[in-house]
Formats: sequence, C-alpha cells, structure tokens
Amino acid sequence: MSREPLLRVRRLTIRFPATRNGPEAIPVSGVDLEIHRGETLALVGESGSGKSLTGLSLLGLVPHPGQVDAVSQLFLDEQDINTLKPEQLRAIRGRRIGMVFQDPATSLTPVLTVGSQLREAITAHRAMKKTDARARAESLLSEVGMPDPTAGYEAYPHELSGGLRQRAMIAIALAGEPDLLIADEPTSALDVTVQAQILETIDRLRAERGMAVLLITHDLGIVAGRADRVAVMYAGQIVELRRTADLFRQPSHPYTRALLHAIPRLDRAAELVTIPGIVPSPADWRMGCRFQPRCAEALPRCATETPPVVPLGNGEWSRCWLAQEKSR
Amino acid sequence: MIGPLLDLPRRAFRIPSGRTGLVILGLFAASALVGPMVLPPPSAMPDVVAGATPPSRAHPFGTDHLNRDMLSRVVSGGRISLTVALLAMLVSVTVGSAVGLVAGYAGGWIDAILMRVVDAALAIPRLFVILLLLVVWERIPLVALILVLGTTGWFATSRLVRGEVLRLRAEGFISAARALGARPARIIARHLLPNAAGPLLVAATLGVGEVILLEAGLSFLGLGIQAPTPSWGGMVLDARPVMVTAPWTALVPGAAIVLTVLAVNLVGEALQTALDPRGR
Repeated sequence: MSREPLLRVRRLTIRFPATRNGPEAIPVSGVDLEIHRGETLALVGESGSGKSLTGLSLLGLVPHPGQVDAVSQLFLDEQDINTLKPEQLRAIRGRRIGMVFQDPATSLTPVLTVGSQLREAITAHRAMKKTDARARAESLLSEVGMPDPTAGYEAYPHELSGGLRQRAMIAIALAGEPDLLIADEPTSALDVTVQAQILETIDRLRAERGMAVLLITHDLGIVAGRADRVAVMYAGQIVELRRTADLFRQPSHPYTRALLHAIPRLDRAAELVTIPGIVPSPADWRMGCRFQPRCAEALPRCATETPPVVPLGNGEWSRCWLAQEKSR
Repeated sequence: MIGPLLDLPRRAFRIPSGRTGLVILGLFAASALVGPMVLPPPSAMPDVVAGATPPSRAHPFGTDHLNRDMLSRVVSGGRISLTVALLAMLVSVTVGSAVGLVAGYAGGWIDAILMRVVDAALAIPRLFVILLLLVVWERIPLVALILVLGTTGWFATSRLVRGEVLRLRAEGFISAARALGARPARIIARHLLPNAAGPLLVAATLGVGEVILLEAGLSFLGLGIQAPTPSWGGMVLDARPVMVTAPWTALVPGAAIVLTVLAVNLVGEALQTALDPRGR
C-alpha cells in the first residue's frame, strides 16, 4: 500500500435544492474518506444514509437535481473529480473508476448479448479490433468466474442466473481496468450462497489487480474479513471510521454497536434486535448529534451540541460525545 | 422485460390473427415481385371500343374501361402503393424516433420545445396539410409524395418514443452505461433505441395501414399517384363512370385496399400482443 491515497474525499456535501414540495435537502454532509490502492473500504449504513449518493458522486452521476457542493473535494490522485468538465468525467468513468450496481437484472440492457455489452465497455476507452475485443471479453468473463465464457459471451442477460449476471456486470466494470471499483450493494439482490462467491470474486480481483474497492453495503455481516477498513454512515455523515477488526472488537459509536447488535446470530436464540425508529430524512436533521433521538446512551448535551470527531489512533475516529468522554 | 427483438415476429406468427395477416401480406408481396414477369403489362393495349369486360379465362379479374387487364393493374398498383406506404412509414418512423429520442433523453427545455411543436402539429388535420402541400405540384413525383406522407405522420411516433425513453431512462442499465463512460449518442443508439424498438415496430406497422388508406384516398381524389401509373386509389377513381355496369372495376382494387390494410392491422395487433409480457 503506497503512502499517497488513491482517492481523497474532503467535505463531500450533496445538496438537493428546495422545490415547491419541500425545503433544500443535504443528504450527504461533510463526508471525509481516503482509499488506498489495493485496499477495500466498506461504506456501511442503512437505507437513506447517503452511502449510494456518495458512491455516485465519485463518478459525477448524482441524480438530477442533486448537486455536489463546491466545497467538496474529490481527489483521484491529483485530479479533483468535482472540478472536471463532462468530457473529462467520461474519461474517468469506467476507465479509472468502475462501478457494479445492486441489481444485475436491470443493469444489463435486455436486448443486447452480454458479449456485445462487454465489448462496448472494452472499446469505450480504447480502440480495438472486434476479434481482439471478443478475445479480451472472453478472458474477462473467465477471470470473473463465468463457467463457460463462450456461452456467457453469446448469452442474453435473461438467459443467465442472477449470480452469473452479476459476474458479467463485474466483468463489464473491470473492462476499463479501473484503479477503483465501486460495488454498490453488489450482492443484495442475490441468494446468500451466491453472495459469498461474488464477494470472494471481487476480493480476488482486487488482490490480483491491486485495485481499490469501495464496498457499499447495509450489511455489516459481509464486511467482516473482507474490508480493511469500515466507514459507518448515518444520516449523511460518517459517524465512525475504523479498521475492520477494531470495529468488530471494540465499536466506539453507539450506532455501530446497535448495528452490530442487530446482526442475527445462530448462537443467540433470541428475537431479532432492531434499532428503534428510522433514519431521519435530511429535512429533519437538527442541532446536536443526528443519532441522538434513537441513541440508547445519549447524554444531555447530545441533543444540542454537535459531537466532535474523536481520534482513536491509527487514523481511526468516532463522531461521538461518549468517545470524547472516554478519551479524557 | 422484452427478450431479444428478433424473437418478436416469430411470436407474432404464432398468434392466429398475426399469421393470417402475415400470409395475406406475403401473398401481396410475392405477387408484386413475381407478377410483372408473368402478367401482361398493366398499361398495354388500351381499347376504348371494347371497354370493360367481365372476369374471364383470359382476364381473371376482368378488364377496366380501357380494356386493360385488372389483375395485372391491381398487382402493379400494389407494388406502387405498398412501396409508397413502406417508404413513407420509414421516413416518419425515422424522424419520429429521432425527435422522440432527443426530447426524451435531453429533457428540459429541448424536450419542452419539441413536444410543444408536436402538440401544435397534432392539432392540425393531416389531410389538410397534405392537400395544401400537394397543390404545389401538377404531377407529383413519387419521391415527393413519399416525403409529404412521411413528414406529416411522425408526430404521434415521436410522442410514443419519448414516453419509452422516459421510462427506460430510469432503468439501471442506463446508469450502468453512463457509469462506464458511454457517450450520450452511444447510450441513445445502443441502449435506448433497441429497447424502445418493440412498441416502435407496432406503431410502424399500424402506420403502414394508415398510409395505404391515405395514399388511396389521395389518388382517388386525383392528387396522389398520377395516371397512367396504376395505383389502387387511382383505379377506383377510374372505375367511377363504369362502376354500375362493370362493378369489378371498383371491387377489385377496393378489395385489395381492404385486405392489405386489414392484414397490416392484424399483424400490428399480433405484434402488440407478442410484445406484452403478460401475454406470454
């Protein structure tokens, strides 16, 4: 792992301007992240926490009318993605940053064969003869674990199972040989047995290619053993950033503890544990800590005072008053 | 989701009404191709004295008021009518798709302007516009007729395509293509158009029927295809003075028009059924 991070995100803020139907919303506010080459960073959070938007912003694909605020810096090596023109952004998409989406059933064009979509991805960033592109496509398909690359190449998406479709999607995302692979809930639409295989495939490819992986998920369970570090996101902010082992051993933020507690376990015959309440919508974010209304351990000051970022050593940190108390 | 598009005609063929339509259209197409090789030339031997003769062994559909063979004229009229209808449809589908794709993909003010133009165009009766355009020519060239019919028929198609694009834009594979760095032109050509092709094919097929009727009507009014080039509408026009004494002169081209439009509509409807995922 080299010293300089591949991606350095500073103060990432995404705004949706006020409309007739509601006030301005800021679903991502002040996210700081670093991803190093060869590293897997997991971005974990519930629906509505802003984790997917964070991923999309790295490709300049925040859906209309959302905007990445000008204070945000998204440095990919020396280049700030947030200042790029559309043409420059396109050169980054697929080539430097690849993306795997959640639902492989809808992420492939139904009327084209997997092969022709894969070829399209290959030739999007470098000119190549059709026969060469085909050979490259089949080798990519075999690399992502497609059992019969030739058959996979000629298949239409609906002829493949969910797991194979997701493998095809990964092959497409890898076609431009990206330095960073964003996997947004890559296994949420798949069977549990297939989930593990897909995640292992992504991890193997990361190791083989030395690329970085941003794994976006709501499932802390799939993070263990796969991610190097974990960023826990809540209500548009990262509330805790830890090395994976430390996070599981000694979670600092009450939200992380609640999430870990909510993972179903076979050795604990009890009802499923849930966190009371839901993630507040951006319009309802108030002063103080955003998790305070749902927090079992909240202090009086949590309701009114914005919690500090408390360093925990080794670049780890937690955004919590409790952590502040403890560190004293 | 729709499967590969190539499958569509085959599925349409499995539907009885679609099969009937395709067989009728196939017969017309075959006769239009083979007819001229085996039949007497449609404009030969004008003989005013003999006049219209009823169907006989020599002339299975009889002859018209100039004693020309009706079978040969209806076949070669079909050639022209079908060609005009197909080409006009191609023009209107091309223009309509282009406008619909651009409007739907670009959105915003481009979409607003294009769709208001379409709204306005749809508010003007098509026949009225065509009549206005046609009086410019004394004898309208075929190409001009095709262009006039084509450029006045794309408005509804553009609406349809725009609607499809708006639906497809929300699909994951469009975001996926953008995330790969695909250019807008490529997204439109490779991902939007093929996925909108099903409904477009249905609209195009039904459009052919409409153009055949329109062309027949215009030719009947003497504004479409000009004599001596045979056309179905023109043949009905020619039959007018002798219609009572020689009804076959009007019935044969009339039946050709009805059968073709019926067949086209049957095929269009079968395609629509084949396209509906719930129907499978």
